[in-house]
Amino acid sequence: MIDVINLKKKFGDNEILRGIDITIEKGDIVVVIGPSGSGKSTFLRCLNCMEDPTSGQIIFKGTDIADMKVDINEHRRHMGMVFQHFNLFNNKTVIENIMLAPVILQTKDLKKGRIKGTTKKQIKEEARENALKLLKRIGLEDKADVYPSTLSGGQKQRVAIVRALAMNPDVILFDEPTSALDPEMVGEVLDLMKELAKEGMTMVIVTHEMGFAKEVANKVIFIDEGKILESGTPKEFFGNPQNERLKEFLSKVLV
Amino acid sequence: MGNFSQKVDKFIEIFIAQNGYVKVIEGLKNTMLIAVLGLIIGIIIGTLIATVRVIPKYKVLPRILNGFCSFYVGLFRGTPMVVQLLVVYYVLLPIFGMKMTGVQVAVMVFGLNSGAYISEIMRSGILSVDHGQMEAGRAVGLSFGTTMMKIVIPQAVKNILPTLGNEFIALIKETSVVSFVGAADLYVAFNYIGSNSYEFMVPYLVMAMIYIVIVLVISAAIKIMERSLRKSDRRH
Ligand SMILES: Nc1ncnc2c1ncn2[C@@H]1O[C@H](COP(=O)(O)OP(=O)(O)OP(=O)(O)O)[C@@H](O)[C@H]1O
Ligand SMILES: [Mg+2]
Repeated sequence: MIDVINLKKKFGDNEILRGIDITIEKGDIVVVIGPSGSGKSTFLRCLNCMEDPTSGQIIFKGTDIADMKVDINEHRRHMGMVFQHFNLFNNKTVIENIMLAPVILQTKDLKKGRIKGTTKKQIKEEARENALKLLKRIGLEDKADVYPSTLSGGQKQRVAIVRALAMNPDVILFDEPTSALDPEMVGEVLDLMKELAKEGMTMVIVTHEMGFAKEVANKVIFIDEGKILESGTPKEFFGNPQNERLKEFLSKVLV
Repeated sequence: MGNFSQKVDKFIEIFIAQNGYVKVIEGLKNTMLIAVLGLIIGIIIGTLIATVRVIPKYKVLPRILNGFCSFYVGLFRGTPMVVQLLVVYYVLLPIFGMKMTGVQVAVMVFGLNSGAYISEIMRSGILSVDHGQMEAGRAVGLSFGTTMMKIVIPQAVKNILPTLGNEFIALIKETSVVSFVGAADLYVAFNYIGSNSYEFMVPYLVMAMIYIVIVLVISAAIKIMERSLRKSDRRH
């Protein structure tokens, strides 16, 4: 579904990604680990061109989205993203957070004649219904009309995840989704992510949760100094690591 | 003090018997019209400029627009409002052969002028909104413009509301120069009363009081608005 070919990213003269190649198949759960500052976030953010790659290709469903000429918004609709700090829209209620993008983008499709046989009102109603269903799924339907500032961290992140789901994405990118949470809230977020994994959602996850990686991932990659130094199934990766730096890294994080 | 009460009597006479109040109402109307329309135009222009100034600049068009906006802001912040009024009314209108009333010119110049100031206010407001808000909008596939309009600017406006209120008050106070281009504002009205009674003390005193009342009322309105906005933050 996503083919990353020789992806490089520089910030000024500082080369952060030095040639990344990876193929992400439909249904893959790819967990990305690596030391701080190694370029994990940069890699993830290049996948949906939140950072524009300096060179290389990101082939997403047949289109090279690293090409500056493509309409990136068109493709981002199909790639959800979940942030460390949730980034819920502060000026919108919980349900508005979930409905906003589907309503705006489908209404635009309708105007451009790309979808037919519906009306703006219908789009809105369907988006609301869907949003309520998603909220019910995470047990927050009673929070539909509150503002995000009133939610706990774990609740915010679960809302952020269903906000991504509301777009029916082909893949969701997670950048340390539990790092900003109080310990007692990490579980509820990871549980939701496990559910998605079980349902076959394609996910790329940057995380320090090694337990989660072992349990859920089908592919783990280790990035250091802008390169993938090792990748494999969790069993190979954790059971029999080859790369010296990975061994050192694992010895520090797996206590 | 007998002298003063005579002056008051004279003022009242002209204010009421000689239709001075009509002029004052007209002046008040023009003053508010110029300030309010100027503010609205200023907010629209200021928001557009502020948006241009925060667009990522690796394409050519944003760079050109940005250059133009800097020029515009520099121009209007670098010259006095009176000069802008005079230049538009006595230089630009004749050159382009256009006809506009003093009030229309004043509305236009106040809008353009406050646009320059509000663009700076709005820019700081936009920068005060966490960058994650823009990222989240872009990540779900919304365009820069849509995210700006639906997510970032509403939050920015909330942050700068007190400053915008001050800008509005400044505009109201600055309207006192529009008589330079023949717009009949409060000053013109009270000046008329003064000239007709050969007595300026009371008219100008009343004028000052009217300005103070307007400013106090607006300040109170802004406070109320702020408070209700803060409440919506905590709404359950
Ligand atoms: N927008 C930017 N401009 C300049 N340098 C940047 C930018 N974003 C990231 N960097 C630099 O790129 C390097 C890699 O950053 P990145 O955020 O990808 O690391 P990371 O692996 O996600 O680290 P962490 O585990 O701390 O989140 C860092 O040295 C960072 O300072
Ligand atoms: Mg990171």
